[in-house]
Amino acid sequence: MSVDLEPRLNALMRRAQAGEAAAWRELLSVLAERLAIYFGRRLAQDHAADLEDLVQETLLAIHRRRATYDPSQPFTAWAYAVARYKLIDHWRRRRIRAHVPLEFVEDSLWEEPDLSAEARLDLERLLVTLPERQQRLIRDVKIEGLSLAEAGARAGMTEGAAKVALHRAMATLSSRTRAT
Amino acid sequence: MTTPRDTQDLIESLAADLSPARPGTVPLRIAASAAVGGAVALGLVLVFLGLRPDLRQVAAGDMMFWMKAGYAVVLGLAGFWSAERLARPAGSGRGGFLLMALALGMVILFAAIRMMRMPPEMRMPMWLGQSWDVCPIRILMLSIPTLALALLVMRRLAPTRLTLAGAAAGLFAGGVAAAAYGLHCTETGAAFLATWYSLGVALSAALGALLGPWALRWR
Repeated sequence: MSVDLEPRLNALMRRAQAGEAAAWRELLSVLAERLAIYFGRRLAQDHAADLEDLVQETLLAIHRRRATYDPSQPFTAWAYAVARYKLIDHWRRRRIRAHVPLEFVEDSLWEEPDLSAEARLDLERLLVTLPERQQRLIRDVKIEGLSLAEAGARAGMTEGAAKVALHRAMATLSSRTRAT
Repeated sequence: MTTPRDTQDLIESLAADLSPARPGTVPLRIAASAAVGGAVALGLVLVFLGLRPDLRQVAAGDMMFWMKAGYAVVLGLAGFWSAERLARPAGSGRGGFLLMALALGMVILFAAIRMMRMPPEMRMPMWLGQSWDVCPIRILMLSIPTLALALLVMRRLAPTRLTLAGAAAGLFAGGVAAAAYGLHCTETGAAFLATWYSLGVALSAALGALLGPWALRWR
């Protein structure tokens, strides 16, 4: 989760909404790169040819529907929601959604590609074997970097309960890593 | 990662096509669907049901008349608020749905207090009134014009949680419909309002939720 991207992209988006073409060009270029990485990780090998189509379709949707962005809200969340919607729509149209766990699209467009794509896929495969509540906790705390109290509040439990649940989830994960 | 040539060309053409965004596009369009849909609902009430004969007197200060109108308007505003947020990617409709729950809670509480103060043999007749069996379905029918328009309008915005967005559109349309129906309906029971009006609006919200994933899907 990159923290410093938000102010920069938000500022670009505000300038673009005021009609500044250069800001829009720069913003769309950043998005094109991010989208290619994000979709690339999630499209099955045999659909890799769709990657660029999907990127372009998403850019087009972002362009046509830019009026729905509310400048008081995070731009990164807005763009990510469009990307995620487009990806799920793509799966639905291809009728391959059933084969890909929906949880696959839960992480963010904005994570730095610090893990190699391979390692990330492995992590995803392991994560989806956990109960949803535990998955969310791990994502929130270990990937998104929320505090235990924040992640607990999001999951509707106390900080202490979140700590125990997270510990249990990590233990399960590490035992599964050893097993594979 | 380098961006392919034709994607770069696309970005160039999109940048060239850029025009300043009009603020207020989302709320204005959704509000317009209520203006038109509400007018149609009003027309249907006038033609098929008729205004209540004592409208002039009750409008001058009958509490139940205004409570029905107020409840309908608050539900409609709650739906509008949720729909306005849920028509945007990553928008949350929580505020509007909370407002709806609050309004429902207050009306139920008010109805319960009134019921308790009533002689027991009066409770059933006040609860069912003369029209409990037609009220919810009529509100649902009257909500359809606004719901259809709101879904059409929201589809051209960018909802990403389609069931929720549809439910918000239905709540919005239900509020508009209940307000129009209140001009015909002569029921005076608070419990009637709390039950049958709420049920009518809930049916509209359920219809919106059901239609959402199909009607709101955009490319």
